[in-house]
Amino acid sequence: MAYTSNGTAIEADEEGYLININEWTEDLAGQIAKDEGITMSPEHWEVVNFLREYYAEYQIAPAVRVLTKAIAKKMGPEKGNNKYLYELFPYGPGKQACKIAGLPKPTGCV
Amino acid sequence: MDEMDSGIVKKFMFVNRKAPHGTVYALEVLEMVLISAAFDQDVHLAFIDDGIYQIKKGQAPAEIGVKNFSPTYRALEGYDIEKLYVEAEGMAERGLTEDDLLVPVEVLSRAEMGKLMAEMDVVLTA
Amino acid sequence: MSVLHTVNKSPFDRNNLDSCLNHAQPGDAILLIEDAVFAAMAGTAVAGKMADAAKTFRLHVLGPDLKARGFDPAGVVTGVTVVDYGGFVELAAQNKAINAWL
Repeated sequence: MAYTSNGTAIEADEEGYLININEWTEDLAGQIAKDEGITMSPEHWEVVNFLREYYAEYQIAPAVRVLTKAIAKKMGPEKGNNKYLYELFPYGPGKQACKIAGLPKPTGCV
Repeated sequence: MDEMDSGIVKKFMFVNRKAPHGTVYALEVLEMVLISAAFDQDVHLAFIDDGIYQIKKGQAPAEIGVKNFSPTYRALEGYDIEKLYVEAEGMAERGLTEDDLLVPVEVLSRAEMGKLMAEMDVVLTA
Repeated sequence: MSVLHTVNKSPFDRNNLDSCLNHAQPGDAILLIEDAVFAAMAGTAVAGKMADAAKTFRLHVLGPDLKARGFDPAGVVTGVTVVDYGGFVELAAQNKAINAWL
């Protein structure tokens, strides 16, 4: 499949994850979020930006458990917990937030 | 899922002995290690022979058209995989020291490494 | 006219570098690529062998493969020349044949 952002076609796999992370734009993130039934709020962006930083540093999309722990470490336990993250991304912070952030599907994602 | 919840913890060791980039072994094992983290087992990583090159600092394979997955070894700590071992003799043969490595490791002699392998329940070498 | 030999396996894993060194003729060019670039670095267990080989052969190593593996081209054994892809092509053109030791 492919998205269109600012008149450019951007390739994605059959589940909607970007083929090339470098093609990601904020506009595209909003579009993917909409497809997922999510309206991006500052709280959503905080998680998406965190994922992009994590990917830039480690070159992988983290497993949910790892993401939760890392967010707790950086933003505190009130955000680094399953309840908070699943409220933002009901179908899974790993799957949905990674897709919106332009990351590949997390390794070992179940 | 049943196995994950069974509570039986085994000692796993992934033995890396191939250089990165030239073949796909290193990346494949790394992905297996990341997946294994979900099963809450007692995971050990050994770097021997050319596997030591996997955790060499400063890798920059963009020019040869390969993804640089070396930063991912630094993510292992977040996956609670912190038992990394490197063989001293292998480092010496390759002119490498602990300072050349991008993650904290425990340096073992070849004899010690052999003993550690013998203590494992499951060993996977590639 | 001389031959260009390419070697692409680690000297610590396979013996194709040895086999190449044992069969190449004096004056031949040898280019280390892919995992064979480990043989070019100073301070390894094969550095002495490479320094000796540099007296008989024209030794080269592919810079992009060194950088990919985190090695500084400045740290190669004395007598080994670092080349880029353009240099690889030039070597191929300068020699009458290429022998790839896979």
